[in-house]
Amino acid sequence: MQSKRLTFIAVIACGLLLAYFVIGSQRPLFGSTTLVERFPFSLGLDLAGGSELTYEADVSQIPPEEVKSSMESLRDIIERRVNIFGVSETSVRTEQSFTGQQRLSIALPGVTDTAQAARLIGETPVLDFRVQNPTLDMTTVDENTPIDMLFVPTLLTGKYLERASMQFTQPAAGQMAGEPYVSLVFNKEGADLFEQLTSEHIGKMIAIYLDGAPISTPVVQQVIKGGEATITGSFSPEEAKELAGRLTSGALPVPIELVGTTSVSAPLGEQAVADGVAASILGLALLASLFVLWYRASGIVAVIALVYYTLTLLALFKVIPVTLTASGIAGFIISLGVAVDANVLIAERIKEELAKGGELQDSIQKGFGRAWTAIRDANFAGLLTSAILYWFGTSLIKGFALTLGLGILASLFSATVVSKSWMVLLAGTKDTPRKRFFFSSGFSK
Amino acid sequence: MHIIRNSKIYIAISAFLVGVSIIALASVGIPLGIDFSGGGVIEGTFATPQTQDIFQSTIADLGIETRATLDTAGTMFTVEMPPLTQDQYQQITGALSSMGQYVVTAETTVGPSVGKELTKKAYVAIILVSLTMIAFIAYAFRAISEVASSWRFGLVAIVTLLHDIALTTGVYVVLAHTADAKLDTLFVVALLTVLGLSINDTIVIFDRIRENLLNNKAEDKKESFAQVVGRSIDQTKMRSFNTSFAVIIVLVALVILGPDSTRLFSITLASGMIFGTYSSIFLASPLLVLWNSQPEQQNN
Repeated sequence: MQSKRLTFIAVIACGLLLAYFVIGSQRPLFGSTTLVERFPFSLGLDLAGGSELTYEADVSQIPPEEVKSSMESLRDIIERRVNIFGVSETSVRTEQSFTGQQRLSIALPGVTDTAQAARLIGETPVLDFRVQNPTLDMTTVDENTPIDMLFVPTLLTGKYLERASMQFTQPAAGQMAGEPYVSLVFNKEGADLFEQLTSEHIGKMIAIYLDGAPISTPVVQQVIKGGEATITGSFSPEEAKELAGRLTSGALPVPIELVGTTSVSAPLGEQAVADGVAASILGLALLASLFVLWYRASGIVAVIALVYYTLTLLALFKVIPVTLTASGIAGFIISLGVAVDANVLIAERIKEELAKGGELQDSIQKGFGRAWTAIRDANFAGLLTSAILYWFGTSLIKGFALTLGLGILASLFSATVVSKSWMVLLAGTKDTPRKRFFFSSGFSK
Repeated sequence: MHIIRNSKIYIAISAFLVGVSIIALASVGIPLGIDFSGGGVIEGTFATPQTQDIFQSTIADLGIETRATLDTAGTMFTVEMPPLTQDQYQQITGALSSMGQYVVTAETTVGPSVGKELTKKAYVAIILVSLTMIAFIAYAFRAISEVASSWRFGLVAIVTLLHDIALTTGVYVVLAHTADAKLDTLFVVALLTVLGLSINDTIVIFDRIRENLLNNKAEDKKESFAQVVGRSIDQTKMRSFNTSFAVIIVLVALVILGPDSTRLFSITLASGMIFGTYSSIFLASPLLVLWNSQPEQQNN
């Protein structure tokens, strides 16, 4: 009896703690806002409003062993670009698609104009250096020769660039200010490459290509050590600055192409949240009333268990945190129905034991015992399915799989430990016909 | 027992329904959503109401294959398009602005390669879930193998699962032609969820059959397999019904009050759950009995 009491007190304490945590992190309780600040719900893009952009990275030119590190540096560079524009709580993730494609997924809360977002991220300024084509017979060259035939690519590309900046030349006599130009500084490997290139091509042109078109074709005067180069041209200061900015924040090591966008406006998202909450409350209310009516005492226990279950899940959502999406809310609501199932199993078993003529308290114990195998097996299958769904889905669907899976786990707790304690409490120690009525169900006597 | 006695009739009904669903799918079909076909959707609201004629003709004039709808109030619109180039996309947004100021409420574009990939992934997921469920049943019920092959339970489960998929898809065909449903990720998720959840009542019944069989063995009771199954169904049908009923109630709540984006999903899931429960009682058990009614299976 003592241990039962202790368990029961523990269960009640748990319940109170959960309630305090969940409510206290939505509304300030006792004047304290720490919980509210530290544990808000994490809302997905389709609930909070925002965009997600998916890019595919072309790694065909990169040797397989370098793919991972290239993707990592791509991710870092894009993140820098995204951060420059001051959108908070963005996320940039690399992922490998089902068919082996390298993808980059960028989440931008609050940004709904995806065209603008794609511009913010910017098309790849792919920087590379090319040298004069040694096999080309210069006598065949005239104005109509496509410029690409004149040059062949080298190993020197934007991935060796450490930084680019806008500089001004010294003003000539009579000028107010100098001409803007872009100064490039390579990292160590790039500097070595550049030194090698310039030493091999003195007197010839080295073409600086940006995004597949040449923007500058200086003639190499001397070997350049130290890895500094300049891009001169008729830039306005704004153009020079933008180019320098784009080059610094990432001459992308890998070209990327936009393959998917999603955006949801904040008002639409808010509506979805309101709808989700309304549906949850209606669902809970319907379940509660129907179960109490049909299963009576067991029904009351089921409802109490459901409340624990809801609080546990909401607490888990806040603490882990689980990013909620519209389908995630659907998953939560469905899991309410699934959670109740275990209680139904137990209630039916208890009814059976009572019908066999067993004593009330004993029937309750037997009911829980016998029902356990079915509860365990059925819920395990659900867990397996959630795991597969998690793997299958896009980020928005993963929310559904996660809430469903967590829900199943939480229901194992609420259906067993919580339900048993409350059931035992309600049953008391005396076995009376009236009590037996309350533990049966439906229209049976 | 009444169910078992009329096994053949119930199996025939199920076969008929599956046939109808397959025919519906093959003939009328379900239009692909952009998740799988690639393309884009823009949903927005005009500041001032537009007329249907001007709206449709402005979009149609672009010569791009789109599907544009404007609601009766003339403000909320949807434009669906196949995979387009940047230019074509700009043309569409340009046409929209020429009609008036508008705000984009939701927008999605999916590149065709992503769409193809999702298709592959969907097939794999469905097969994976089905195989996992079958393996799980075979494993969980291995203890019965002394009395009845647990693999038969697993195989009967396959048939039941396929039946559930077929009927749920059949209902979705109806939804596609009444409520504009498209074959998209949410449909596949609904299908997978039906597979995973409706396995519940199949397990409940099988679990009861297992328990009764083992008890009979222990008590040395003589009962034909058919009788055991019939008794198990009687004992568990209340529970099967109530469990599915619980999920269906919450789905009803979702349909009535829930977010718009999950409405079709909830209806599909609800129909799937109903079929799942129906098939556990009216298909799985009769099949088991028919398969197991060999003379040597009778306890002697």
